[in-house]
Amino acid sequence: MSGRSPLDAKRIRMLATPEGVALPLELADAGQRAAALLIDLIVLLVSFILMSVALLLAGMAIGRAPAYRAIGVLWLAGSFILRNFYFTWFEARPRGATVGKRILGIRVVARQGGRLTLDAVIARNALREVELFLPLTLLAAAGIQSRVAAWIVISGLGWSALFLFLPLMNGDRLRAGDLLAGTWVIRTPKRPLLPELADSPAETFSDAELDVYGIYELETLEQVIRQAHAPTISSVAETIRRRIGRQVWSDGGATKDLAFLQNYYSTLRGRLEGKLLFGIRRVDKHDRP
Amino acid sequence: MALRLPRILRRPVIAAHIGNETARTDWEDALPSARFRIERESDWRRLEALLDRIEKGSAAALDEEELLALPTLYRATVSALSVARETSLDRALLDYLEGLSTRAYLSLYGVRGRLGPRVLDFFRHDWPLAVRDLWRETVAAALLLAAGTIAGYVLVRVDSAWFLSLAGGMAEGRTPEASTQTLREVLYHGAKPGDALELLAGFLFTHNAQLALVCFALGFLLAVPSSIFLITNGLTLGAFLALYASRGLAGELTGWLAIHGTTELFAIILAGSAGMRIGWAVAFPGQLSRLDGMAVAGRQAGTVMVGVVVMLFLAALLEGFARQIVTSEVLRYAVGGSMLVLWCAYFYRPAGRRA
Repeated sequence: MSGRSPLDAKRIRMLATPEGVALPLELADAGQRAAALLIDLIVLLVSFILMSVALLLAGMAIGRAPAYRAIGVLWLAGSFILRNFYFTWFEARPRGATVGKRILGIRVVARQGGRLTLDAVIARNALREVELFLPLTLLAAAGIQSRVAAWIVISGLGWSALFLFLPLMNGDRLRAGDLLAGTWVIRTPKRPLLPELADSPAETFSDAELDVYGIYELETLEQVIRQAHAPTISSVAETIRRRIGRQVWSDGGATKDLAFLQNYYSTLRGRLEGKLLFGIRRVDKHDRP
Repeated sequence: MALRLPRILRRPVIAAHIGNETARTDWEDALPSARFRIERESDWRRLEALLDRIEKGSAAALDEEELLALPTLYRATVSALSVARETSLDRALLDYLEGLSTRAYLSLYGVRGRLGPRVLDFFRHDWPLAVRDLWRETVAAALLLAAGTIAGYVLVRVDSAWFLSLAGGMAEGRTPEASTQTLREVLYHGAKPGDALELLAGFLFTHNAQLALVCFALGFLLAVPSSIFLITNGLTLGAFLALYASRGLAGELTGWLAIHGTTELFAIILAGSAGMRIGWAVAFPGQLSRLDGMAVAGRQAGTVMVGVVVMLFLAALLEGFARQIVTSEVLRYAVGGSMLVLWCAYFYRPAGRRA
């Protein structure tokens, strides 16, 4: 919410819209990417099994040779489409996210801004073949044949690991497919519009009492009020009162303290915003004009 | 608050903009930034609702009026964001506006219209243009394939022991030891009623398309695997040609291959050239940065690859059905030849360039 931590700030990329407004995009981290992929693989596996069972049942129900052949073709085509076009289909849609990505709240976008084209989605997912499926099939094949050549397994795993950890080796968390397609994966959390906190204050504060804090403290105060955690409210209210030299008994973070904080917040915001209109942005309490 | 409102906040108050009655009563003594929010909140909510619907279904889910309202609402939101950044210290509001603007931006600039026209556009312009643009790589890939074929041919003609190592698993009883009769039978083995032609076609398609996709994807390793893929395909082809030529059946084999081979080999050459384009962009990015060059090449090659899958689908139909049904050599040549002419005319036709 308010005041991003430095770790998060490292993952922020600015996107300039054609209207000339900079929008911050937050890149998805490696954990989210991995979890999304895992979910997608499970979805793929389940749909593959469902398809096979459904076709098998259909074949048994019809029970004629031509039907078996038609079902064989359907199965071949279905497996091919699942393997090659599952990711492409979902990412080419307006949401730009597969099932796993949607669950994790991330999506694919073009790195340059602008539209995510079909060819980019295809290029990024064709590379999955090399990153993931090829070594996996290689390993599976090696596993089925009893005479497993150790070097095949090792090189297959090494190959996969190289691609698997590629996103960790660059700041933009790009995998090989992202490199090739000019895409990256960002977070798209839905942020609700929280209720307005500023209210017409019942209590008045002098300019001297307001000038002790800056924008950083204001945003922290906003967060404290929104979280409404009684002990925090009480201690923050106490700190502010001591700082501005007001002697009021705290009621342990209940209505009185909360009302005090809200009043102080509204008045402070009004004052800081007033200064903002004159081009004075007081970053925090240490920032003295 | 003795401050005068900046001009942008002194908009005439429109009753419709104010969500509810409480907002109206608070109006007079609210902070300027709070008024700013009250005044515009309904627009943001409306945009949010439209975006929800777009993300659930598609742009087709909106009626005409809503579609027209979308860009206006988006611009209003983006401009509200830039005003809020300068005038408001409500972090929650700024976060909300940033999130909403990003969503709307991605939705507006990311939607690519309806699928039907896009597919039509792909076959009419995008694919032929992308293929035409790859002509250098296509020539190189064709030369590599030809070189492989010649090498395979020469090797097997000189020493037939090479055949098995070159043809590998494709031999299926077609070895130098097999009688001429057996070899001929494979070529003119017509379709019998019980044959599972569609299964054969299905297998051929998935197998070839998978190989082509891998060939393309491996291209970024400086195009080395793609080139190897082309050469080995050529070697196998050459080995078979040599075997059949040694029995005087070269013409017949060519006919057997040509009926689907013109399409299939063309597709394989295109897959190889798509891989080479990527490898080239990685090695020699030119004026672009290596990352950007890769992205440009990757997209172009991706377009070509969609078409390659379509071509391989047609090739599998030809191989699975037409080849088994058409056993006349002249017809086989005719079908194969006309396919080649059609593909060349389609890709390299002078007209139809998009301005």
